[in-house]
Amino acid sequence: MFPSPRLLTALWVGKVAISINRHIGHGGTSLPGMVGRKIAPQVLSTLASQLKKGAIVVTGTNGKTTTSKMIAAIMEKGGLTLTHNRAGANLISGITTAFIHSASAGGQLKSDLGIIEVDEATVPPLTKEVKPRVLVVTNFFRDQLDRFGELDKTVDLVNGAIQKLPPQSTIILNADDPLVASLGAKYTGRVIYYGIESRSYGNREMTQSAETRFCRLCGHSLDYDWYFFGQLGHYRCHHCGFQRPRPHITIGDISLKGEDGSSFYVETQENRWLINLSTPGFYNIYNALAAVAVAWHTKVADQAIRLGLEGYKTNFGRMERLEIGEGRKAFLALIKNPTGCDEVIRTITQNEGPKRLLIMIQDNAADGRDISWLWDADFESLEKVASQLQSLTTSGLRGEDMALRLTYAGLPVQQIEHKANIDEAIRSTIKATKTGETLYILPTYTALLAAKTTLTRLGYSSKYWEE
Amino acid sequence: MVTSLRLLHLYPDLLNLYGDRGNIITLKRRCQWRNIELAITEASLGDKVDFANIDLVFMGGGSDREQTLLFQDFKEHKGPALVEATEEGLPLLSVCGGYQLLGQYYKTHDGDEMPGLGLFDAWTEAGESRLIGNVIAQVPMLGGKTTLVGFENHSGRTYLGSSQSTTALAKVLRGHGNNGQDKSEGAVYKNALGTYLHGPILPKNPALADWLLSKALERRFGSSQIDSLPDCWEQKAHQAIIKRFS
Repeated sequence: MFPSPRLLTALWVGKVAISINRHIGHGGTSLPGMVGRKIAPQVLSTLASQLKKGAIVVTGTNGKTTTSKMIAAIMEKGGLTLTHNRAGANLISGITTAFIHSASAGGQLKSDLGIIEVDEATVPPLTKEVKPRVLVVTNFFRDQLDRFGELDKTVDLVNGAIQKLPPQSTIILNADDPLVASLGAKYTGRVIYYGIESRSYGNREMTQSAETRFCRLCGHSLDYDWYFFGQLGHYRCHHCGFQRPRPHITIGDISLKGEDGSSFYVETQENRWLINLSTPGFYNIYNALAAVAVAWHTKVADQAIRLGLEGYKTNFGRMERLEIGEGRKAFLALIKNPTGCDEVIRTITQNEGPKRLLIMIQDNAADGRDISWLWDADFESLEKVASQLQSLTTSGLRGEDMALRLTYAGLPVQQIEHKANIDEAIRSTIKATKTGETLYILPTYTALLAAKTTLTRLGYSSKYWEE
Repeated sequence: MVTSLRLLHLYPDLLNLYGDRGNIITLKRRCQWRNIELAITEASLGDKVDFANIDLVFMGGGSDREQTLLFQDFKEHKGPALVEATEEGLPLLSVCGGYQLLGQYYKTHDGDEMPGLGLFDAWTEAGESRLIGNVIAQVPMLGGKTTLVGFENHSGRTYLGSSQSTTALAKVLRGHGNNGQDKSEGAVYKNALGTYLHGPILPKNPALADWLLSKALERRFGSSQIDSLPDCWEQKAHQAIIKRFS
């Protein structure tokens, strides 16, 4: 293939923009792709068409960054070279940046496989430019509703894109989420379902606010005999017969080990893998399962699956462990919607020791302008660990709203402190954290970026665009 | 004697967008802090309600699909009895979709008119774009220059009729409100309120929460007397919005 001069110009300008960004210590990853696309709109499709082993596309509300990184860890152990939008810039310009970065100055892409994390609403335009070999959908929860209007519309957008996929594309769906599983009903290509069979975790009754308990196909209410979290569980519709598809790949036994992660068996009819995951949180078991499903489908060696996931460390603010000195622990956990936030709160309440909490809420475009989801999240659960809380700090543009939310969640109002400046809030809470205490920092997306900058300066975190 | 009030949450499983359950949390806590017991009952599809036992009603908004699911049930069963009770002064807060259902009709893009309950002299027309963003408005009924802050996200444009009985809840200072044109936001008919404001609306607007509670107390016990609360973070969060967006 001989690239056009226009494409080469787009590539070079994009590469210069990437290098300037990094030089000034800014992780922003959208601009180079945006500029490249202005010069040569086909830059992404041209580069992506060179991927020898195609592209794995991952979408869904929660877990897309972690799932993509787990897939990447496995594929690298399997000896493949990757083009991957690691920094989590998952709109079309950020994805384009990753491909520009990966390409040679002559316009050749040397990597074997693309791993693309993509925002749900960007699935239709992306799949027009990049024909996925595999599309993974993790779950649908309310997230940044002001961009999409309503959850139903998001599901419709992804469904529309799936119906237009080439017949050789495989879709890998979470069977436990009825909104995701419904996407498989009309797809004529190959569908692989993954889901959790083990009932060692979860409840017979619904304990949290679910997105929807209604059948997407006929509108009647779904009957559940098991809930994991949100609307994820074992369900069926008695009206139209829609039910949780039987997963091709499942998880049997799970043992949760608190902060130290979990171990579990992933099983298909012929295979069984023991996975040890050092990343805490039940939701990460779903992410690992999705990653194994991709690896199994693309015939990656068992050894690479096991080693890839064992070596996987939480990063980029997904319950990321920070080293802040002897005997003191700190975790950084992105919160952006009720379901994900509830899982983070659950992990925090499982820790019995003295702890500090810093919650940083912003309402910039990338966070979602509407922060009303704070009232759908279960901050009330923190009340039962109130006596262990040494301090309760809020920060960010909407820190006062967070303080108000905590007040109504029943936490002692005199204990709540607001520090508008994120940099200062992080420095002072880390300083206040004593030996034996655990600090939990819970930022929304742009607060996470700001937190990373401060933590990097303090020497507690790697530069995120290099992860 | 413990003072107690009963709140009815209509269709909580269907009308639950944008954190509106925060309004219930707010009413519950504000009662608890004043030693008022607030019993909350929920009613959804098929459930029967006796409004004689209810002191306060909340109804949120839902997606189009979910509003279609409950339309028949509301129109035929709970709606007419709710309208009758509000005629007799039952306080009600309806937000977004709930507010639209209580108007005269909703006119879709295709020009079809879906009849509403007609509690408010108001009608809604489907709009081309969504009206999204922070809102600041003034509420005359709360006295002086009391402000209301919230976040709107709706495509319907609501217009108030000419009858004097339904008035605007607030005058928009920033944002769109009912329709983006006439600076009106929400509606008031007797003690029934309709609004487009999420956020949710009550936590950051404690004066409005207390207005609803005092109307409920007055109707049940004959006295609208209500203790004041410190409202520390309520005011700080309210003022932060005024400062950033006005």
